Amino acid sequence: MATLELERLVKRYGTVEVIHGVDLAVPSGAFCVFVGPSGCGKSTLLRMIAGLETVSAGEIRIAGRRVNELPAARRGLAMVFQSYALYPHMTVRQNLAFGLENLGTPRAEIARRVAEAARMLRIEELLDRRPKALSGGQRQRVAIGRAVVREPAIFLFDEPLSNLDAELRVQMRIELKALHERLGNTMIYVTHDQVEAMTMADLIVVLSKGRIEQAGPPLELYHRPANLFVAGFLGSPKMNFLPVRPAEGGVRLASGDRLAMPEPALGTEAELTLGVRPEHLALAPAEAGAGLAGRVRLVEHLGAEVHLHVETGAGTLTLRTPGEWAAAAGDRVRVVIPPEACHLFGPDGRVVRSACRGPQRG
Amino acid sequence: MASLATSGVLDLVTRTRGKGRLHWTDWLAYGYLLLGLFLMFGPVVWVVLSSFKSEAQLLEFPPTALPYGQVSVAVPGYPEPLPLFRVRMPDGSLREVAQIRRIGIQAQMVDPAAPETILRVDIAGREPVRALSLATENYTALFERFDFLRYLWNSVFITVTATLIMLLVNSMAAFALAKYDFRGRDLVFVLTIATLLIPPTVVLVPVFLVVAKLGLLDTPWGVIWPGAATPTGVFLLRQYMLTIPDELIDAARMDNASEWKIYWRIVLPLAAPALAVLAIFAVMWRWNDFLLPLIVLSRSEQFTLQLALNSFKGEMHTQWGNLLAMTVLTLLPITLVFGFLQRYITTGIATTGIK
Amino acid sequence: MRLAAPLHRLLELVDRPMAALQRRIGPQRFAWIFLLPNLVIFAVFTYLPIVLNFVYATTGGLAVLPSERPFVGLENFASLLDCRDYLDPSSCSKDLFWRSLFNTGRFVVLQVGFMILFSLITALVLNREIRGRGFFRGVFFYPVLLSPVVVALIWKWILQREGVLNAWLVAFGGEPVQWLLDAGWSFFWVVFVSIWAHMGFYMLILLAGLQAIPKDVYEAAEMDAASPWRMLTRITLPLLMPTMLVVVVLALIKGVQTFDEIYVLTGGGPGSATMLVVQYIYETGFAAQPRLYGLAAAASLLLAALLMILTLLQLRANRKSYRG
Repeated sequence: MATLELERLVKRYGTVEVIHGVDLAVPSGAFCVFVGPSGCGKSTLLRMIAGLETVSAGEIRIAGRRVNELPAARRGLAMVFQSYALYPHMTVRQNLAFGLENLGTPRAEIARRVAEAARMLRIEELLDRRPKALSGGQRQRVAIGRAVVREPAIFLFDEPLSNLDAELRVQMRIELKALHERLGNTMIYVTHDQVEAMTMADLIVVLSKGRIEQAGPPLELYHRPANLFVAGFLGSPKMNFLPVRPAEGGVRLASGDRLAMPEPALGTEAELTLGVRPEHLALAPAEAGAGLAGRVRLVEHLGAEVHLHVETGAGTLTLRTPGEWAAAAGDRVRVVIPPEACHLFGPDGRVVRSACRGPQRG
Repeated sequence: MASLATSGVLDLVTRTRGKGRLHWTDWLAYGYLLLGLFLMFGPVVWVVLSSFKSEAQLLEFPPTALPYGQVSVAVPGYPEPLPLFRVRMPDGSLREVAQIRRIGIQAQMVDPAAPETILRVDIAGREPVRALSLATENYTALFERFDFLRYLWNSVFITVTATLIMLLVNSMAAFALAKYDFRGRDLVFVLTIATLLIPPTVVLVPVFLVVAKLGLLDTPWGVIWPGAATPTGVFLLRQYMLTIPDELIDAARMDNASEWKIYWRIVLPLAAPALAVLAIFAVMWRWNDFLLPLIVLSRSEQFTLQLALNSFKGEMHTQWGNLLAMTVLTLLPITLVFGFLQRYITTGIATTGIK
Repeated sequence: MRLAAPLHRLLELVDRPMAALQRRIGPQRFAWIFLLPNLVIFAVFTYLPIVLNFVYATTGGLAVLPSERPFVGLENFASLLDCRDYLDPSSCSKDLFWRSLFNTGRFVVLQVGFMILFSLITALVLNREIRGRGFFRGVFFYPVLLSPVVVALIWKWILQREGVLNAWLVAFGGEPVQWLLDAGWSFFWVVFVSIWAHMGFYMLILLAGLQAIPKDVYEAAEMDAASPWRMLTRITLPLLMPTMLVVVVLALIKGVQTFDEIYVLTGGGPGSATMLVVQYIYETGFAAQPRLYGLAAAASLLLAALLMILTLLQLRANRKSYRG
């Protein structure tokens, strides 16, 4: 168990800078998820922490100690790779033992730890098989087991679930979370899947283009995104974005409708973006006086809920409502935008007004 | 090889394309292949058959297809077995009699059934009785009178040592070129591949000098070292090692393995298929190598089998029997290897394009 | 993979100093440790000899050590190239060199031409739906594995005066021929034996090329009612062309370097009828007394120039074949 701190961390390949000065503090015992689109630098960041990539500038501290110069194996970390990276020519037992043998651990101790990890991960009957003879889920367990036997201060996971099918992924997600609760170690987990991030993390770090966009607890990020990128990245279907201009006592939509905002004045000339999550929009009958007039373009039935795509004068809006919906494409409807659920983002993408809804404000 | 041969021939004769009758082009194709079988295997089979013939029979013209030897019989009253002849008797009948001795154009003969009477026969009227027999003395003489075992040992030593050294040295270089990112890597790779452009025959004279200056003339090491680093081997192994996932090596680094241990315990076992292909080629190259040993090894006790064969060709032009036996023993190992690994070798060459 | 116990212990012995070395120089620079043995051997037995070759070629005398050899400039090249009439080897001061050069040219054209032809026919036959295909592929390939000395001795035994070939000739009412003592026949057999020994290799590459042609192209042609002959000339051969080009250039490069089997089969004779360039280099530098290293090196540089041209051709052919 250990804290992890990154300070002004930079990575350059030749003259190309891919990580632009990252600052982050992960408390001891936290489950921290790095999430972002592919190419955002999250894997590079993880490999720098692991010691597999050199640090161009800045500092990495594990349990308060600078580790920049330490080779990978001496940082007290263990890593689970995306492809699992099990040694194909060794049995499961040998795979688990290899790292401990290299560290000169006594034989009895190796046997004890391997047996314990195997029991914990329910791979005892697989110990004498080769990786080739295992299913995807079993390989995943062995890869985790290889990290567990090392008893590391920090676990690193590099998109470990991306090679599994959907059902198994859900199951492994639950098991990993349980493992974290049981071991209590600090875990750093890289994924591009926001569902994994939301469900597993204590602390989400959203990365984009080699920078941290926002770091914080999952619901905090979901309800109070710091910028357009985070707002758009988390949540499915995505948050609706509409271009707006400030107006007296609120904002004016592209359709000309005015939306009252009880918050302080927003200046006058700036181009703003209004963001509102699909589940916060409500539908009203076409005859109703309130709301934006629009026409349904597409109805997606998911069983428990319905996604509606409605074309309005202010732009296309996606709505998410529970249950079923009898409407069909082409129906005329009205969409009600509740002002208290709206975020406003400035021209630079930063939030200028957060929604009043959320865990803190109810 | 034998089972392959029978199954191949059986298939040829009994089965068709599966569409029923053979098309005339199929007959043409099989005809061509059988002609090829005769042309490609015939000479080797002929040499093997000939190697079992006695010196006397090797001088016969026209030669018989199979090795024959004269039949001898034990006749009561004579200590040694006597050679058997078929003789036309004055009465016109044919009898098989044993020859006691030859005096001028006459021969003293005896009928094994009636050993008391001695017959005198004109040697023009007799013909040896022969039966299939293998003259193994061609082979035994190699061990008794010629230093065959020494040449064999020299060849085996050079082949095995050179192959092992080559696999080690080439795989180390291939690992560095495949899995490390360091300044100058591309230059080293290009320099390595560029040596493909320099055929060994072109640098013959200076290689001789270098070998001589290193004091390696007339030692097996003078043949082993110059060929220990091959661009083909480095290239083949590097291409294969590129397919080993980087994550595996990262995982080993996280497992506290040293770079050497990663090479030895992870990369080398995983490159085993490519190493096996290269090993087969290396054995072939070294076993058959001729020009380099020819200039490096001049003392006959250092000769490889190939050199010994070459020098015997001059020395023993009357002793075809021993020369043929030695030829057969030299081609035997390669033939056996090929018999067992035929599919492996042919697909290995077809995919890598090296020889 | 379970390593045998002694091998395991050996590893541990090597691993400790290696790990210590790695701690001193760092893991990335350790790559040079892996490269070192290979580079040293290359340096000593390939790069150094290339440099030395130029030294030898531009110095004269009989000494082996370059330091004891007087510089003569391009004299060796001049003497090799000294001819009154380049089409008539006997007008050259090094007539043997020119004879071997002419022989090599003649040999390469005949050998490569017929060898590729037969390799192609064999590959086409073996590309059919034929029973025992693997077996026959092995049959044609088998001589490739035999050593040049063995190949030469096999054919020497068949071609000798009392050999099996003459026996057949006599059986069909002919006269025995001294195959290897007649200049014309000797050259024929040198080409024949060399084709016999090497065609399996080229057959294999061509066969691989044929099998890489996608099946659906043939099915499309069949739908288009193409005759077998048109399939061969309009589909198979054009699609095989890139492989063909590579094979031809490869065969040329190998052909120019032919030495061993001819040296053992005919020794270059009768006279110099079958002497090729590499044998000339060997004879001049090693077999003849005195050993003329300078001349041999100069000749090998001329050979290298020729090979360089052929290799460049191959690289171009390769690039074309990758483009498809």
